[in-house]
Parts: sequence; structure tokens; C-alpha cells
Amino acid sequence: MSNNSKLKILTNGFLNENPVLRLVLGTCPTLAVTSMASNGIGMGLAATFVLICSNIVISALRKIIPDQVRIPCYITVIAGFVSVVQMLVKAYVPDLDKALGVYLPLIVVNCIILGRAEMFASKNGVVDSALDGLGMGIGFTITLVIMGSIREIFGAGTWMSGLGSLIPALGADFAIQVIPESIDPFTIMTSAPGGFFVFGILMAGATWLTSRPKKSAKTEEAVEGGNA
Amino acid sequence: MEMAVKLASIFFTMILVDNYVLAKFLGICPFLGVSKKLDSAVGMSLAVTFVMVMATAATWPIYTFVLSPAEAAGTSRDLGYLQTIVFILIIAILVQLLENFLKKFVPALYKALGVYLPLITTNCTILGVTILNLDNGYNFVESIVCAAGAGIGFLVAMVLFSGVRRRVEQAVTPKCFEGLPITLVAAAVTSLSFMGFGGIVDAIFKV
Repeated sequence: MSNNSKLKILTNGFLNENPVLRLVLGTCPTLAVTSMASNGIGMGLAATFVLICSNIVISALRKIIPDQVRIPCYITVIAGFVSVVQMLVKAYVPDLDKALGVYLPLIVVNCIILGRAEMFASKNGVVDSALDGLGMGIGFTITLVIMGSIREIFGAGTWMSGLGSLIPALGADFAIQVIPESIDPFTIMTSAPGGFFVFGILMAGATWLTSRPKKSAKTEEAVEGGNA
Repeated sequence: MEMAVKLASIFFTMILVDNYVLAKFLGICPFLGVSKKLDSAVGMSLAVTFVMVMATAATWPIYTFVLSPAEAAGTSRDLGYLQTIVFILIIAILVQLLENFLKKFVPALYKALGVYLPLITTNCTILGVTILNLDNGYNFVESIVCAAGAGIGFLVAMVLFSGVRRRVEQAVTPKCFEGLPITLVAAAVTSLSFMGFGGIVDAIFKV
């Protein structure tokens, strides 16, 4: 297999088969944790780790696992890696554990991971599956960060607050003030309705981008304008 | 009496204020996938409620007495870290058992719920409610009531939204908004209306 097709597997998850915006998988964590951009990074990295590991293991075991009981087997593998992530996050980034709450163990039932296991890892080799996991994970993380950024900037006026808990060197109360404090933030964006709204707008934007690639610059404007 | 008030307040909080779909973002996949028709929305929600209560009744005692009993706290006997793995397996087994049981003994109910049962294993509301019950420190009865409330809340959200959706599908929308994007925007409005219930339960039950 040529290097070109390997690259294609990797970049497939970024936009064309973006797990959240195009395949509409894993919507629950997408909506729930994106009230802040830094939570999106944390959730994205945790899910990427689980995706790569479970894709590797499932693709390595694809000839051993009997077809009839494959779903329970996949779920057990995934749940194992989720427990690993849960313990790591609890031990090293306790603030992130608090911010993500119940959504961290819920990575088990995130359809992206089971979906990729069923659609890709059960049919392809170990290296390709790892690349697919990485690509999908990056696509998921990028989407979460974009969505978190829009919601945080409009809803709280800051950007990347809470990043200090992920990178201790930045200090605990690191935040970039985007909208001056004198302007009241549009708090509905950080609560539940804002999540649904931004998700809908972003999904429309992705549909537009993939259906007419020549006018991509214009679409970016439309996404921004729709939120303002 | 005090107990009854507490249980009632948990029940109504789960339906109106902490609605799993519209306020906590759990179970969005079936919410978007199955809410197109009213009867399938009701069927799915009833199946979810049923499994939710059963799963809570099974996982609460297993966690409290087997995985992490009070006397084992802080020792190596404390197996609390196995929570995720054990719960998801319990739910998967339970769903399978339920499917076989209904098929054999209650064929009418099986026909009504049958298609939705296998989907429920990966519905995050089920795993979510079992974990949140333990996080909140509810006792057994409170957990069961909370699970039932969460299920009814899911039903309410699904039924309301299937009505909204029927209107939205007839509307003329820009091409890139067709299908899911406009549905999500409609969900935002539905969720906005549920925010109006904030504080209502506290005010009624004075808790």
C-alpha cells in the first residue's frame, strides 16, 4: 500500500468523514463538554487515546473474535481502555476529571469508537487501523475545540480558560480575554440551548464546505456570521 | 412523609429541570434518530425507561455490596475502578436477557419494543444514570425513582420533539441546513423552553 493512501486514511477523519459533523457519531460528549475550549481538548485527547488503542487491539484480534459475539468483545476492549484513561486523568489532571465528570466513563458508549471498530478496524490491518483511529481522533478533537471556542468566546468572553489544569506551566487561572469584560457575555451560549444551536450551525457549515469546496472561504464567514 | 417529598422532588427534577436529553446532553443519538415518528419515539422511550430501572436495580447492589463495600474503602479490596467495565457488561447482558424473556413470555411487548432493545446497550442515558446515581450518593429507593424519572423525562422530550420535528420538516430551509442541522437548531429552541422550568421543583417542594 502506498504512502499516499495511508495519508488519505489519516486525513479522512478531518473533514470528509469528520466523525461528528459528517458521520454524526458521538454527539453527546460533543454537546456536553464544549462549554469551554479547554474541556474540548481534554475530551478529544482522551477519546483519541481510546480510539487508537481499541482500533489496534480490535484489528489485531479481528480473526480470533467470532462474528456472533463481536460487539460484546469490542465493548469489553473499549471499556478496558476507558478505565485506563479514567485512572490516568484522575491521578494526573484531577481538575479535568471534575470538568468532564460522568462524560469520561461515558466514552465507552461513544458511538465513534464502536463505530470505527465495526466499520474500519474489523476489516483492516493494524497500522491502517491505528492511523484511522488517529485521524478520527484528531477530527473529533478539532471539532470539539472549534465548538468550544465559539461557545466560550460568545458565552463567557474568554478563550482557553482552564487550560492551566492541562498544562501546569501556564498557571491555574490562565485565560485569554477576547471580549472585554465591560460587554455582558451572551451566557445562553454556554448552557444547553447554545450547544444545540452552535452544533447545528457547524454541521450546516461542514455540509456546505464538503459540497462546494471552491467557496470555502465564504463558508467560514457564514459560520461566524450565523453566531454573531 | 419527608422521604416521600424527597422522592417526589428527585422524580420531578429529573423530568423537568435536569432532563437528560435537553439539559444534560445524554442520549442525543436516539433523540435525533428515532424522534421522526410519534409511535417509534414512544416505543423507544418506554424501552429505555424499562431498561434504565432494571439496570439501576442491578448495578446499585452490585456496586455497593460487591465492588466497593463500605468496609473495603481505601483498601486493595476496593474494586471501584472496575465500575465502567462491570456496568457496561451488566447492561449488555440485561438487554439480551430482556429481549429473550420478552420474546418468549410477552410477545406483544416484544413486538412493540423489539427493534429498539439492541440499540439501548449503547444508549448513554442508561450507563449515565447508573453512574450518576452512585456519584450523587442516592440510596436504593432514591436510585430507582431517579432512574424512572430520567426515563419519563426522556419520554417527555422525545414526544415533544417529535411534534416540533414534524413542523420543521415541512419548512423551507437553506440547502446546507436541510436534515439534521435545522433539527438541531429546533432542538436548541426546545431546550430553551425547558430552561424555563429551572427552580420550579425547589419552589414546589421547598427543598
